[in-house]
Amino acid sequence: MTDLPADMSTGRAGSILVPSRLMTRRNATEWRFRMYGVCAIAVSLSVLAIMLWTIFADGISSFRQTSVTFPVLLDAETLDPDGNRDRAEMTGVTTIGYGKVIDRAFLSLLTSEGIAVEGLSDKDARGILSKEAAGQLRARVLADPAIVGQTINMTLWTNARIDGYYKGRVTMETAVRDGNVSPEQLQLADLLQERGILSMPFNWEFLTGPDASDQRPEAAGLGISIIGSIYMMIIVALLCVPIGVAASIYLEEFAPKNRWTDLIEVNISNLAAVPSIVYGILGLAVFINFAELPQSSSLVGALVLTLMTLPTIIIATRASIRAVPPSIRDAALGVGASKMQTVMHHVLPLAMPGILTGAILGLATALGETAPLLLIGMVAFVDNFPAVAASGVLEPATALPVQVYGWAQRSDPAFIERSSGAIIVLLFFLVIMNAVAIILRRRFERRW
Amino acid sequence: MSTLVLLGVVLVLAVMAYVVCRQRALASVAGDVRSLHSLPSAYGWHGALMVLLPALVVLAGWLIAQPIVIERSVSSLLPASVQADATQSDIALIDVRRVAEGLDIAVSRGLIDELGPDGRGIDPATLRDALAGVGVALGGDVSVETLAAAQKYRTSAAWGLVARTIATLLVAVIGFALAVMMTNKDFRARNRVEGVILGLLILCSSVAVLTTVGIIYSMLSETFSFFAIYPFSDFLFGLTWSPNFRGNSEFGLIPLVWGTLYITLISMIVAVPLGLFSAIYLAEYATPRTRNVVKPLIEVIAGIPTVVFGLFALVTVGPFLRDWIAQPLGLGDSGSSVMTAGLVIGILNIPFVSSLSDDIINAVPQSMRDGSYGLGATKSETIRQVVLPAALPGIVGAILMAGSRAIGETMIVSMGAGAAAQMNLNPFEAMTTMTVKIVGQLTGDTDFASPETLVAFALGMTLFVITLGLNILALYVVRKYREQYE
Repeated sequence: MTDLPADMSTGRAGSILVPSRLMTRRNATEWRFRMYGVCAIAVSLSVLAIMLWTIFADGISSFRQTSVTFPVLLDAETLDPDGNRDRAEMTGVTTIGYGKVIDRAFLSLLTSEGIAVEGLSDKDARGILSKEAAGQLRARVLADPAIVGQTINMTLWTNARIDGYYKGRVTMETAVRDGNVSPEQLQLADLLQERGILSMPFNWEFLTGPDASDQRPEAAGLGISIIGSIYMMIIVALLCVPIGVAASIYLEEFAPKNRWTDLIEVNISNLAAVPSIVYGILGLAVFINFAELPQSSSLVGALVLTLMTLPTIIIATRASIRAVPPSIRDAALGVGASKMQTVMHHVLPLAMPGILTGAILGLATALGETAPLLLIGMVAFVDNFPAVAASGVLEPATALPVQVYGWAQRSDPAFIERSSGAIIVLLFFLVIMNAVAIILRRRFERRW
Repeated sequence: MSTLVLLGVVLVLAVMAYVVCRQRALASVAGDVRSLHSLPSAYGWHGALMVLLPALVVLAGWLIAQPIVIERSVSSLLPASVQADATQSDIALIDVRRVAEGLDIAVSRGLIDELGPDGRGIDPATLRDALAGVGVALGGDVSVETLAAAQKYRTSAAWGLVARTIATLLVAVIGFALAVMMTNKDFRARNRVEGVILGLLILCSSVAVLTTVGIIYSMLSETFSFFAIYPFSDFLFGLTWSPNFRGNSEFGLIPLVWGTLYITLISMIVAVPLGLFSAIYLAEYATPRTRNVVKPLIEVIAGIPTVVFGLFALVTVGPFLRDWIAQPLGLGDSGSSVMTAGLVIGILNIPFVSSLSDDIINAVPQSMRDGSYGLGATKSETIRQVVLPAALPGIVGAILMAGSRAIGETMIVSMGAGAAAQMNLNPFEAMTTMTVKIVGQLTGDTDFASPETLVAFALGMTLFVITLGLNILALYVVRKYREQYE
């Protein structure tokens, strides 16, 4: 390229090197059109980021729980009136008895520490502890009856309002208007915190404990829903993967072209698009009403999710079977393998990474599905852990996404924190499943 | 023998059959594998399948049939007045089953003597308290008939258990013996095994069809029983939705359809431009590196469970719209609204529109673009005047599919749209959809005789028909388009 003459920059009309007005406009349109695309992507991704950020910001605090640690004298006369330290006899003492023990210990703590807040009655002072505290103490004592009569250090939850005070939900101003908490109680909590009695340790109970009633959000945990979800995922995997793989092998390798296989094909692609709630209706009518399987059990949930996931897994499996080149089949058939041997010994192992990837992604969808589970009663309040044995799948359970929904429906704002926390746990499982799928695909998938 | 133990025994028998048949096949040729018709393992598998399959079929059939048979024989013991009415006899049978279960537990713990304190059997009067002691709570006192039926239930169940064990084991052993007898060097074991496996494969692929049949059957039958109680035209054209569990309910579909379509419309207004422009940018402008980063990120949206979007609508989007738009403009003060649900569903649908459109835009032949560039068109002119018209049928298909997803979406609308069935043009009002009402009518106690429960099946049927129609239309449009360029 030679350098342009100097006068070209001013330009003559009609030169190709000088953008005409039309061309300027067309280029501007071009730029705008491009920007529409950039904006669309930016908007989509920023909404995603905002959503994840708000949920993490709301939910991360549920992994810490405000607690008070103080010595409790386990009064033998109240807790074990017969004096035998026998667990069966001691179950006769209800949480009311334990509540009294805690009251005494807490008030004597306040006296010994010299903490006093003006205008705060003993009852209100005690009220900063969770209603679940007596239950916590009872569980501890029943686990080890020998400690009765001793003084032990207990870490007990505070109620949800005090917890909310340290998580920013409750302030002195809102406490004035709130019937459930008073500013004096918050002052008491601050005094306790100064002396290191009140702290916010990691909340294992959130991951392991059962759900709790509306009045005690501080005690609500995910234990049962995690177990329910795990049970369901195990059953879905056991049913869905073999059936899905078998169906795909037949349709891809053996099926003759006829009406029946056509019908199956159309069916599968349509089933993949049926709204998930329709599967819930199916589950309610067929598994619960007709087959009389127990309501809200993880078995019924798993069966419904299996039917829902099956089309997705079949579609993924067929794609990876189709990706195995025909030359492999020809070679196997050429050395005398039967059609079945070709498929089982050569095609299937080669397609396995793709099949597993598809199966894991299908399971991930099933793990996050909520709507059909609501219809088969899994939204019910469950506070008994299902048994670890095989019969546990027949007992009432709930699932992680359903728990998210259940908590979001409750009125106390503390449950929104719990709900977001449950989503963090759910997303944690989903991220792991997707990561495994990606690793499988990266490491084992072959390209021909 | 419990079912699990029985299954275990059958499995052990199958393993034994595998070993024995394989050995026998090898023995029949004195270890010279070349003269066998099939591989030795094929003989083994044949033996195992001969044990497993018939035994499992018998066991499964028995498990299904036994409760039906027992119930039929037990219900003949109930009073004639109870037998005549289907609902009453169902309730009575549930009682019988509970009493029988309670008796089993109580007897096994030694709390109740089978013969009663005076040797004349159990006294029905004290039974309720005794059963409550083992954790079986009964609604009322146990009548003499119920007790008799429960005792019959227990004996039949015990007898059935023994018979089931014997029958299953007998079939397994016969299968074992037959397999062993059949095994010799000329037996075509591989062909038989492969035939059985092929049959199993066909069975598995029929599950999809069975699911559809199940969906249609379960919804059709309940829908018909709904229309037997409630007039069809009132449902389809009614303008009021006010279910009332004390009776006098009105189930007009129109307000729900209105809410559903309004929310779908708003979601499409969000999803189509965002999804389409993302797809165009990714397919036509983005460098491969940008594409490799951005495309998976957009697809992350599709991997997030809908309940997460629901909570986002409930906690963030709803209050935001209410405080910053609806209240200042005086359009209402409801956190849950059509706008909330529509926006969030729109976001959820962006990856569907974008990845489907992306595939379709990429399928437009490069030669068409080259032709357009050759005539001097800019890139955006090529996209607007050549690529998009060529891809239009496919994009329409993608939009239809996204629409069908929006119509069937449940969690976001139940958390973000509210529950008030009303017809209103204001998008900041709470309205409701068919899916929300299905959840509402079917959550909690369901009574399959009342129209308040059955209407959910009619709604489900409507939803199924609409989404299925949209999907078939979409598939048809996409398929028609593909034929053009292949």
